[in-house]
Amino acid sequence: MNLVTPDFGLLFWMVVIFGIVFFLLAKFGFPIITDMVESRSAKIAQSLKDADEIEARMAAWKTEQAQMLETARREQAAILREATETKNKIVADAKEQARAEADKILAEAKLQIAAEKESALRDVRKEVALLSVQVAEKVLRHELSDEGSRRAFIDSLVDEAGKAPMQHT
Amino acid sequence: MMLAVLISLMLLQGDFSAPLRSGRNDMSEVSGRNDTTSVIPSEAEESIDVAEIIFEHIGDEYEWHITEWKGKPVAIPLPCIVIEDGVHVFTLHHAAENGYTLNENGKLVNAVTGKRPIDISITKNVLSLMMSSLLLLVIVLLTARWYKRHDVLEQAPTGLAAAMEPLVMMVHNMAKENIGPDYKRYSPYLCMAFLWIILNNFLGILPFFPGGANLTGNIAITLVLALFTFFTVNLTGTKHYYKEIFAPDVPAFLKPIMPVIEVFSALMKPVSLTIRLFANMLAGHIMILSMVCIIFIMAKYGPLLSGGMTVVSVLFGVFLDALECLVAFIQAYVFTMLSSIYIGLARVKEE
Repeated sequence: MNLVTPDFGLLFWMVVIFGIVFFLLAKFGFPIITDMVESRSAKIAQSLKDADEIEARMAAWKTEQAQMLETARREQAAILREATETKNKIVADAKEQARAEADKILAEAKLQIAAEKESALRDVRKEVALLSVQVAEKVLRHELSDEGSRRAFIDSLVDEAGKAPMQHT
Repeated sequence: MMLAVLISLMLLQGDFSAPLRSGRNDMSEVSGRNDTTSVIPSEAEESIDVAEIIFEHIGDEYEWHITEWKGKPVAIPLPCIVIEDGVHVFTLHHAAENGYTLNENGKLVNAVTGKRPIDISITKNVLSLMMSSLLLLVIVLLTARWYKRHDVLEQAPTGLAAAMEPLVMMVHNMAKENIGPDYKRYSPYLCMAFLWIILNNFLGILPFFPGGANLTGNIAITLVLALFTFFTVNLTGTKHYYKEIFAPDVPAFLKPIMPVIEVFSALMKPVSLTIRLFANMLAGHIMILSMVCIIFIMAKYGPLLSGGMTVVSVLFGVFLDALECLVAFIQAYVFTMLSSIYIGLARVKEE
């Protein structure tokens, strides 16, 4: 039964040697290796994470850039359109104003012309009236130079005057 | 993977029993040989004693027997150290002068009283243990030195460090998976156990001097390993772990039975660890040795038969050696894995 009976000497040496080697390696061996490798793994994991983050940020930037370009283009178009509209409006307004001004001037001119015309007509009428009174004076003086004619004239006037109220009534 | 393990285990266990039985029957003859200070009689040339050859290779001895040269054994003499009313140190050749002799199991006993003294001799296994442990120490310290001297964040490991890192990290990650938050406390022990077992498994497969000792196939060695695991598990268990053993949350009628079962199962864990590693490695050695012995057994049956059987046994031997390399890894892995699982079970937290 040699095989299945643990031998004391071997037990003793195994405990001593395994214990010593384990103590040494647990102190100066394995923790150094595993700590180093773990720190490296952590660094690699961190680097991968950072790379992912940067990639995500880059992608975000790219879309942001595209968006900015798009808005700029839209704004440019809007500004251009607005400018055109303003220009058209200003031109239209100016035209409108000019027309109104012209109309006003024209109307004023017409009124003035009408007034001038009126005053001219009044002058002419006054002149004509004066002339006709002078002509009538001259004619009367000439015609009423003799008695007979004076009498005849007075009679006609009386007749006329007599007839005239009847006509009015 | 599992299937391969199962098949290899079945193969190992199946073949393991046959030579062992024949070995037991011839035990008396073996020990008789040992008494005559291992000088091989002349008739040994004719008939080969398979059991003796096998047991010499898988067992322990007080000198490292390497080969026979011109009928004389070539062996490395090792110091025998016995403690019995004082410490006695001598080599096996001078055992009689110091009043000691070998008993029927090949162990030193007092020549007068026939009692076993406290025997801490540097036997073949102890020397192998010392050499392999020193080798492991050097390898791991050199690896650690590489990591100390290089900036690991800038440089990939080279040479020894590159070879050792995957093994160490495999065990370290196993500990992380199986133990949980405080795995760092246990990782060095698991790394140590794994590397020590796998190194000695491979050295055991090696047939010549630095290797060749059947260390991990020795029950004393595997028992110590299993006890290290046992104490690690049971001395650092959480309160909850002990509560589950001694006062589990079960129906009243089970209360008296459960602690008995739990204690028994806790005690059986190191036993199963001991026997699994020991039996697997021992069986592998016995199988390979049996294959080699077939060549010598068949030598007297004529050139045709012995030639044919030599080819067959060499092919089988190559296959078994390859299988042993697989088993050497698997058994180291299984021992470490189970240790980490047991530790993980003892680190349970209250839910």
